[in-house]
Amino acid sequence: MSAVAVLGTGMHPWGKWGRPFLEYGVAAAREALRDAGLEWTDVQYVVGADTIRNGYPGFVSGASYARELGWSGARVASCYAACASGAQALDIARARILAGLCEVALVIGADAAPKGFFKPVGGDRPDDPDWLRFRLLGATNPAYFALYARRRMALHGSTPADFAAVKVKNALAGSLNPMARYRKRVTAEEVLASPMVADPLRLMDICATSDGGAAVVLASQEFARRRSVPFVRLAAVSTVTPVFPNTVLELPDFATDSTAAVPAPERPFRAAIAHAAYEEAGVGPEDVSLAEVYDLSTALELDWMEDLGLCPPGEAEKLLRDGRTALGGSIPVNPSGGLASFGEAIPAQAIAQLVELTTQLRGGAGARQTADARVGLAANQGLFGHGSAIIATV
Amino acid sequence: MTYAIDGWFAHSPEDGARLLGTRCTACGTVCFPPRRGSCPNPRCPGTDMEVLPLPRRGRVWSYTNACYPPPAPYVAAEPYEPVTLAAVELDEVGLVVLGQVKGLTVDQLEVGMELELTSGPLADGPLVWMWGRAS
Ligand SMILES: [Zn+2]
Repeated sequence: MSAVAVLGTGMHPWGKWGRPFLEYGVAAAREALRDAGLEWTDVQYVVGADTIRNGYPGFVSGASYARELGWSGARVASCYAACASGAQALDIARARILAGLCEVALVIGADAAPKGFFKPVGGDRPDDPDWLRFRLLGATNPAYFALYARRRMALHGSTPADFAAVKVKNALAGSLNPMARYRKRVTAEEVLASPMVADPLRLMDICATSDGGAAVVLASQEFARRRSVPFVRLAAVSTVTPVFPNTVLELPDFATDSTAAVPAPERPFRAAIAHAAYEEAGVGPEDVSLAEVYDLSTALELDWMEDLGLCPPGEAEKLLRDGRTALGGSIPVNPSGGLASFGEAIPAQAIAQLVELTTQLRGGAGARQTADARVGLAANQGLFGHGSAIIATV
Repeated sequence: MTYAIDGWFAHSPEDGARLLGTRCTACGTVCFPPRRGSCPNPRCPGTDMEVLPLPRRGRVWSYTNACYPPPAPYVAAEPYEPVTLAAVELDEVGLVVLGQVKGLTVDQLEVGMELELTSGPLADGPLVWMWGRAS
């Protein structure tokens, strides 16, 4: 139905390299083109997922990448949706392909991240809730992750040891991924001894901010079939917004929506993001071979598992403890190593998720390979209500 | 005393601290921070939002702290004491509202515990709403 082909993928290793973001994006793009067996001049449409911390070139990243790769006359788009920027870029490219307006599109995202906590964009901006939550409350991103973690502990009896087990699992996977920034295995003792940042989350429970780049070449299925080589399909891109009233306190908000006049929707936002992707791809949670989820914190990975329907609410810890979400388990979660091993390179992240799904579905993940991978799901959420979920299939 | 933000809360000796939300006169949806213009309920055409002081008490939905000084524009006290934050459920208006917590650390908080609105100064002086022990 609405699928497009993933012809090539590329990444620049995540790290703290201190170089311009364009370098990472172009390296990833060239790798994706090489993987697809295409030239830059074959690309009819280039979409950049923007970065807001790297000056004007970051706001118009599509054109910035096109210029770096050499003006070719390709059509261009640039988009920003915080952590969901990559999914938006994929969706824009997919739509143009499905509309028959182009056959081959290149999607690129890269970031060069500052050190430490993400700060709001500079200046005195009392009309911007992202600025105000720092000014009035000192509420950092980890503070919100910690609120969810504490809530999970209260509702489901999760423990800091459970959270540490997520990090141990993801660090092991990351140690096997040459694109990951953190390649060292860790023990639960190390996680539990790391400094407390936002109670109950410790430093090793929280993802870092990184430099990195990812790119994919998308094409129409007709174009892909003419090449007579198997290809992975991008079967769904969910970019839904929340349904009113959103009863989860979302970053960077001061309050939830009110249920005074309208009852809460059937599905909370994160579950609705996944649901829309399932509907679009015509598959369900039982079909998923592996999942990449946005583990901004260890605890959040457990929430996502339930939101994706991989298990009922409150049972994520059981799957984790039974090793079912580890490499070699029945439903590996974050076989790439996740944000725990990569750190967040915001506009690259959702594209990197598709790179991992594609690698797994091609059977090319080496020691991280999920046996008989047929359906991959990636989920993510951008600030201010940008849903992001992707389903890829063989 | 100046408020760190205008129109989001008020403090008077008689009433104590109250958060100032808005209520849509058409459908009854309540908002915090106060909202002007259109109602957030997608099925409501209402544009008349009246100011509504929110209930003073609620139950802890979740809580945390900031063990390291948050970055600017937050002004951290020196020496720095971890800021405690609580998200508090206000049942009557169906909202969860985040705020700093005054006089309680994370070890003294529990999900479900009752807190009451108060206010207190930021390190550089202006007043902000805070959650405190219920009197
Ligand atoms: Zn209304």
